[in-house]
Amino acid sequence: MSKIIPNDVKWRDISPGGIITDAGNSAEFKTGDWRSERPVWLTDKCKQCLLCYPTCPDTSIVIDEEGKRQDFDYDHCKGCGVCKQVCPFGAIEMKPEGGNN
Amino acid sequence: MRERLSGNEAVAVAMRQINPDVVAAFPITPSTEVPQYFASFVANGKVTTEFVPVESEHSAMSACIGAQAAGARTMTATSSAGLALMWEMLYIASSSRLPVTLAAVNRALSGPININNDHSDTMGARDSGWIQLYGETNQEAYDNFIQAVKIGEHKDIMLPVMDCFDGFITSHAVENIELIDDDKVKAFVGEYKPEFYLNNKKHPIAVGPLDLPIHYFEHKRLQAEAMRNAKKVILDVAAEFEAMTGRKYGLFEEYKMEDAEVAIVVLNSTAGTAKFVVDGLRERGVKAGLIKIRVYRPFPVEEIAAALSKVKAVAILDKADSFNAAGGPVFTDVTSAMYGRADGVKAISYIYGLGGRDVKSTDIELVYERLLSIVESGDIGEIYNYLGVRE
Repeated sequence: MSKIIPNDVKWRDISPGGIITDAGNSAEFKTGDWRSERPVWLTDKCKQCLLCYPTCPDTSIVIDEEGKRQDFDYDHCKGCGVCKQVCPFGAIEMKPEGGNN
Repeated sequence: MRERLSGNEAVAVAMRQINPDVVAAFPITPSTEVPQYFASFVANGKVTTEFVPVESEHSAMSACIGAQAAGARTMTATSSAGLALMWEMLYIASSSRLPVTLAAVNRALSGPININNDHSDTMGARDSGWIQLYGETNQEAYDNFIQAVKIGEHKDIMLPVMDCFDGFITSHAVENIELIDDDKVKAFVGEYKPEFYLNNKKHPIAVGPLDLPIHYFEHKRLQAEAMRNAKKVILDVAAEFEAMTGRKYGLFEEYKMEDAEVAIVVLNSTAGTAKFVVDGLRERGVKAGLIKIRVYRPFPVEEIAAALSKVKAVAILDKADSFNAAGGPVFTDVTSAMYGRADGVKAISYIYGLGGRDVKSTDIELVYERLLSIVESGDIGEIYNYLGVRE
């Protein structure tokens, strides 16, 4: 059975009882298009304090090997805005998604 | 070996012989004795089962689901309001494809509150995705329970199974019974070896995730297929059981149906009373027969219709009302099976024995007399009837 159940799976091939036969595949589920607002990382204001990182419910704040935060993982960020609330330096702005913004 | 046991004790003995991994149960009349006897087996070291005395039936079924998902063979027992409180979880068990075994000791649903026997509890659960077996005697309750485990756990099925038998009439009355040797029962059911289970560290799985419109329908279709597969597996298991015990089981029992012109369809203990009536009618030269349904889910559509296609008139007896203003649940299932397969056979519904109202042989005789008058006059008359209610 494949790790990810494809969207066009036929009933005979789907997992019995709705089980997921491999753990740790949530990254495969792109939730970025749920966003109505997009967080924007203002690198000039960011002090790399990393207070934002543990608050993200979707681990969508990417940390590199040197322990520095990078830009958002927009494939999974749902735009909840918690990171903006905790940032002491105003280094995260929320901007509306879609349209001409 | 020959024993004399109540239906509840017989089922508890079957559970002891199987020695399941987990039993989670909550007491309710008249099923209380099943976990009560079983708890004594646990306390006396007769089994190695983890016994979970939960605080409600919702929790009992939830604990069974968790344990079964973990990879444990799991059992419980309940009745009436207890089954009703399990409602949500009954569907979780079947849709998650977890073959829990449940001794369903039939009792009327409230209200008004009543502790006696009818089938309103398990009839309500007939479309919950559980396999339902019904038994007339203590022997059948015991035999069905053992077969239920093997049916439900079959790789083509993986569905939970209810072993239904009548509260008090079967659950508490002591009858002679033929028990199977412990080692033979254990060999018959074998080890529970699910393909997927939570405690398998090598192949971790998630159970019960959110299923969105893109996948839910396919899961339900696959679940429906398991129920379709069940008929064959039930017969295969019955054949294996017969080879071991000499006791024959099918989808339903046909009693003197070979040349029957009038017949009754009935479930559980009332079949015994009705057989007595059939014998009396036969002595008088009346071609009366009886069908006792054993497998109600999956419903043996083609087989029932074929068996009834030769009679002139049939009465389907329901120990539960559907409140659909159209007949009891067994009646609507049987007549829908007959549509296009047994056309021309006159079929009437009788609701009987609600809340433990005694069903006497004279009551059953009235039904056969009614059928005979329908055959004679050709006039079916009232289709939706009540038997034994004071008019």
